[in-house]
Amino acid sequence: MSKVNIKIEGVSYQVEEGLTVLEAAKACGYEIPSLCTYNHGECNQGSCRVCLVEATGARGLVASCVYPVNEGMEIRISTPKAVEARRRSVELLLSNHNQNCQQCDKNGHCELLHVAQITGAREGKYQGIHSETYLDELAPGLVRDTSKCILCGRCIARCSNAHGLGILGFENRGFRTYVSPAENRSFADSPCIQCGQCVNVCPTGALMEHSEIDKVDAAVKAGKHVVIQAAPAVRAALGEEFGYPVGTPVTGKMIAAMRRLGFERVYDVNFGADLTIMEEGTELLGRLQSGGTLPMITSCSPGWVNYAEYNYGDLLPHLSSCKSPHEMQGAVIKSVWAESMGYAPEDVFVVSVMPCVAKKFEKQRDQLKVNGIADVDAVITTRELARMIKRSGILFNRLPDEDWDSDIMGEYSGAGVIFGVTGGVMEAALRTVYFKLTGQEYGPIEFKEVRGHDAGIREATIDINGTKVSVAIASGMKSARVLLDEIREGKSKYQFIEIMGCPGGCINGGGQPYIKPVLMPNEPDDIIDTYKEKRAEALYSEDERQTIRQSHNNPDIMALYEKYLGEPNSHKAHELLHTSYAARVGFNEVAK
Amino acid sequence: MAKLSDQSVRTIVEICGRYKDEKTPLMMILSDIQNEYGYIPLEVQEVVSKETGISVAEIYGVVTFYSFFSLQPKGKYVIGCCLGTACYVKGAQQVIDKFSEILNIKPGETTQDGMFTLDALRCIGACGIAPAVSISGTVYPKVSVDQVPKIIEEYRAKEGEVA
Repeated sequence: MSKVNIKIEGVSYQVEEGLTVLEAAKACGYEIPSLCTYNHGECNQGSCRVCLVEATGARGLVASCVYPVNEGMEIRISTPKAVEARRRSVELLLSNHNQNCQQCDKNGHCELLHVAQITGAREGKYQGIHSETYLDELAPGLVRDTSKCILCGRCIARCSNAHGLGILGFENRGFRTYVSPAENRSFADSPCIQCGQCVNVCPTGALMEHSEIDKVDAAVKAGKHVVIQAAPAVRAALGEEFGYPVGTPVTGKMIAAMRRLGFERVYDVNFGADLTIMEEGTELLGRLQSGGTLPMITSCSPGWVNYAEYNYGDLLPHLSSCKSPHEMQGAVIKSVWAESMGYAPEDVFVVSVMPCVAKKFEKQRDQLKVNGIADVDAVITTRELARMIKRSGILFNRLPDEDWDSDIMGEYSGAGVIFGVTGGVMEAALRTVYFKLTGQEYGPIEFKEVRGHDAGIREATIDINGTKVSVAIASGMKSARVLLDEIREGKSKYQFIEIMGCPGGCINGGGQPYIKPVLMPNEPDDIIDTYKEKRAEALYSEDERQTIRQSHNNPDIMALYEKYLGEPNSHKAHELLHTSYAARVGFNEVAK
Repeated sequence: MAKLSDQSVRTIVEICGRYKDEKTPLMMILSDIQNEYGYIPLEVQEVVSKETGISVAEIYGVVTFYSFFSLQPKGKYVIGCCLGTACYVKGAQQVIDKFSEILNIKPGETTQDGMFTLDALRCIGACGIAPAVSISGTVYPKVSVDQVPKIIEEYRAKEGEVA
């Protein structure tokens, strides 16, 4: 790559040719206030005009996010002209924004508020009419509030880039433009899989998860027996909300915090993950040995299940009939645990802390009820848990490390922990399937060939005592679609496929803490590229620290089968732990 | 969601096929569909999406961006009142208001009997005869408010003869 000589504020630098002014300035130690550049040009329209600077050779001010550097260019960021222009751009954005920052859950992570502060935007500078706004609160997972939208288009780009879906688009034009699913429908009435990736990239509060903190409060108030359970990926990211570097596992403090929030039991969903492996591993072996539908595809990710039901209704028999881990565990809590405590199932309220917003949709599925009672009553995201901790005055960073509650469940294996990263369910399943087929543990324990932390397809062939099992892993629907089309065309060479909705798996779920580089001054410049790997490492390291590394060696799991379920895939297990799917129409009939 | 007939689906697929080799075929496809059916409802957009791989939201965005495309069926006679600068200063607003009043529809709407659609147009390039009104291809020059009832009657009478 050839270099060009530029000057910023009169100081000479050499930077790579082809960079935008914004990127070049960043490389030289300047963060030009901006909104549009994010994640390597995912939404890089140059339309918000927040990043204006003076540059020689250009007519007027240039939008640094799209303007390329060239030889001899002199860039001025701090001239009065540039400073005033940037402030004006932000003031214009604010003039069509509802500005209820105090009540907004994005506060603290809002990039618009950030640029408003650093550019010195003045209150009420431009008064005038506002665009008509729309509020969509119908979907269990997502809320869309166009009164906060700045039309940057990041959500549109993310939906296409991650899933090839393009649920969101710009509608109408000019002052009447808004971003929404076609026909300004609710997410609930469109083929949106409610994965929440759009929430993660939205610079403002226009896209948010549908909070269920109120539901939890109401259950406590009503005197229910409230039990909380946290998914593996939560511990790998929750610390970020409290100033820990990305990738710091905070399992012990997280448990201590949840206990101080007053829940009757604090359980790890890893137990449910181990249970899932027992059921799913057995199901796979059954399908392999009796000529069942292959390849079998994992069903832990509700975003993926939504996608399958909307787009591949003909392939639903390929999905494992296993409920997702927190749903399995919810079913066990409301039956076995409730019974052991002498509680009626309807008096028990199960809260799941998830890195996911699609789980909010999942938990209200009719197929996930036992005798009419939902397995899980409320799903809160990692971010919502952080909010609950903060409002309760708990000083997270000063908490002692505590351990999970343990009675009929609580013990968990390292195999359960790695569910949170793409390839993890596959690896956990292989550890157990290997044992079931050979009667021995797999020597190296780890199946590193299935590991990764990003979107894209990985494949491997595992030789288990002469039985060759071909597996594939995909995360993000853009990758998944490739594998699914192969199955549809009868060309798939795999026996077992893991699919996760979000690129990278749950560590990058739609309910995880926001990765906003401009708001993370202590993280390295490339954090947008490395956070998934760091969070994944947090989970892999917890797996390594476990003495029990395989689901089938979890003593609580063994006891549960012995005392209650019989054996994996038994009649009782099917009643509690398995589910069904149904094809759905994307754009359903809506009363207008 | 109303179901499209097999014939309609075949026609739309055929239209999409016309532009298979185009890099950016969407505008051409939508123009052809608009001409063929007079409107482009969501069901049709879904078929186009399936054929082209362009998301429904993006297609919907294009359809709602350009006023030439319509989501609703248009009336038998489309009354286009030019509201360009020249027509406007010559009183086009009063003309369109009169159409609106008599037909009891707002610009962009269609009468219940499906006879008339009222559209507000930007400059149609007929400034010399402002204010201009174009009804399904026929241009009426220098239209005054008083002429409006007569023009509508003209078309109603035409329909009466047919009936």
